[in-house]
Amino acid sequence: MAVDWASSTIEAGGTKLHVKRAGRGRPVLVLHHETGTLDDLPFYDALAANHAVIVPHHPGYSRSERPDWMRSVRDIAVVYRGLLSELKIAKPALVGLGFGGWIAAEMATMAPADLSHLVLVGAMGIKPPMGDILDLAVTGYMDYARAAFHDQKAFDHVYGAEPSVDQLEMWDICREMSFRIAWKPYMYSQTLPHLLRTMRAPAMVVWGDDDKVVPISAGKRYLESLPDAHLEIVRSCGHAVDMEQPEALAKLVTNFIGRE
Amino acid sequence: MHLMYFTEQPMSAYDEQAGRDFGATALMFSNKHFDPVAGSRLYNNYIEQYMLAEEVGIDGIMLNEHHNAPFCMQAKANIFAAILAGMTKKVKIVMLGNPLPLAENPIRLAEELAMIDMISKGRLVSGFVRGGGQEQLATGVNPAFNRERFEEAHELITQAWTRTGPFRFEGTHYQHRVVNPWAVPLQKPYPRVWIPGVISKETIVWAAQQRYPYIALNTSIEQTKKIWELYDQVALQSGYVGGPENRGYLIQVHISDNEDKARENAKQFRWMQGEFTGLAHPVWSTPSGYGSPTNRRAFVEFAAGRAINPRGNTSFEQQVEDLRIIYGTPDQVVAKLKRILEQTRPGILALWGNDGRVSQEDSMTCVRLMGQEVFPAIREIAKSLDLKSPFESNAPVHLKYSTDLKPAKAAAAE
Repeated sequence: MAVDWASSTIEAGGTKLHVKRAGRGRPVLVLHHETGTLDDLPFYDALAANHAVIVPHHPGYSRSERPDWMRSVRDIAVVYRGLLSELKIAKPALVGLGFGGWIAAEMATMAPADLSHLVLVGAMGIKPPMGDILDLAVTGYMDYARAAFHDQKAFDHVYGAEPSVDQLEMWDICREMSFRIAWKPYMYSQTLPHLLRTMRAPAMVVWGDDDKVVPISAGKRYLESLPDAHLEIVRSCGHAVDMEQPEALAKLVTNFIGRE
Repeated sequence: MHLMYFTEQPMSAYDEQAGRDFGATALMFSNKHFDPVAGSRLYNNYIEQYMLAEEVGIDGIMLNEHHNAPFCMQAKANIFAAILAGMTKKVKIVMLGNPLPLAENPIRLAEELAMIDMISKGRLVSGFVRGGGQEQLATGVNPAFNRERFEEAHELITQAWTRTGPFRFEGTHYQHRVVNPWAVPLQKPYPRVWIPGVISKETIVWAAQQRYPYIALNTSIEQTKKIWELYDQVALQSGYVGGPENRGYLIQVHISDNEDKARENAKQFRWMQGEFTGLAHPVWSTPSGYGSPTNRRAFVEFAAGRAINPRGNTSFEQQVEDLRIIYGTPDQVVAKLKRILEQTRPGILALWGNDGRVSQEDSMTCVRLMGQEVFPAIREIAKSLDLKSPFESNAPVHLKYSTDLKPAKAAAAE
């Protein structure tokens, strides 16, 4: 399945973003993990078969440069609201992967009427009632990246068994940005669960059944906070559902948001 | 020459095998291994060593702090500084130093240090450090803003010491609407500030820009020379000529009246280097954003186990060869230190005398010989080499209190 992706640098409110776009249909904004994103992923391709997919690299992550002024995850959410205005996209579906789920949830609370669907996959952003979010600061680069997978062969398939030094360096750059904006409280907002009650769009909360990064109790708290949400569990899958079971996740998303 | 005694205050009374099994003992090695009965004994041993240091005529006692680590028991250097302020009469209390970024309220530090300065009747040297990576994690402080917090806290503290209050401080990391501490330093304009460090170029440059003495921590002679080269270059750009009064050096030296015993005890210096106990997990000692971006690539390779430590990890024999560890009888030690003084010309010298599991008896012998035999000889050598301390040369406390600044070109011509 060859997908024709277009890359560009788009400025949203003075922040330069590396953005990839492909496909037609309902606009779907896909927000990646705190480990950044590879340029190409089967999950992006699978979604682009049915939807107009937009994949920005978060400011300070992967190919987007770091805005030194940013202090919170909400800052990224506001910049992405600006990106949507810039691209004249109204009512997109938001698909947030892990850390990207936190950004998506913040975006949803900012304009509850300006999204069609919200998909949160192993989302950070809420303090898990049981267990803790895995701490980047005390976990090695490889251990952390591998912890997102149930099947280590899937990790090898995505990153290679011995990821390149460029990859390690990129993980470090991404970590630094995560520390700058999500250090304390670590990887969650204390107000988000309350703000989410303003949501009206339907939401789907997806969790791998072996998520070692964000405890599933956080997913349940999302379900309680979102007025119209349901939970999907992906079997034999870790935190990075998008990288471990891309086809399964794409299918869940397409079934949820519908084809156009 | 200003001559000091230093000990890391090792917390050596724990199960060595448990430490080996765990690996990196800084930060996450469980405090179930901390025995407060031994802790009480050790703290009092260190006070005894410091009191002897004063008695035998040592100029200064150097203090530091670390967190969550057996290699250093001082979790708050100001506690020991306060004890020494009250218990001693003559020694300088040299803090190298307070880790500024760890402070959520630097005004508290300014108050504590002012109290120590007044109680000690003006014997405080108030060094400042960034703190190691583990320190940031142990105290929940964001490593990505470490240097910004260091510089801003320094600005706030020195303002609190020198500006008439009340005033308002609106910084990036610190906002204080009322700054008006009712405790100010006895020494004017403020206590001397010395900056210790190991590898960060940014810190050397910053110290030189402030005209604060830089204290090289156990670097090799070649590394030390490179540090002074950079420092002196920045000094010229700042309008002054760097000299011994800007240079400090800390070195591991164990002295005994028996060479074999000295060698055995000196091996304990490897204690915190990973031979007897792991020092640090690379990811904990250099969290993302803490280090210089120029070292990023080397560090991630090391952290992933694909390269050697860019900070180096050399054998005991090699460190003895490189004069990074010195041991012996007073005469033997003086001869080696002389080479260091000749080649690196510091005006401040600290001897890190005891580490690991060196007994209290041997530690006391080391301190006694340091004060009674080694330092008198070093003072003579320093005189012949014209190595003056900041006190002897009456160096300005900070660049802005200089009266001898010249345009960079004129300073370079001197």
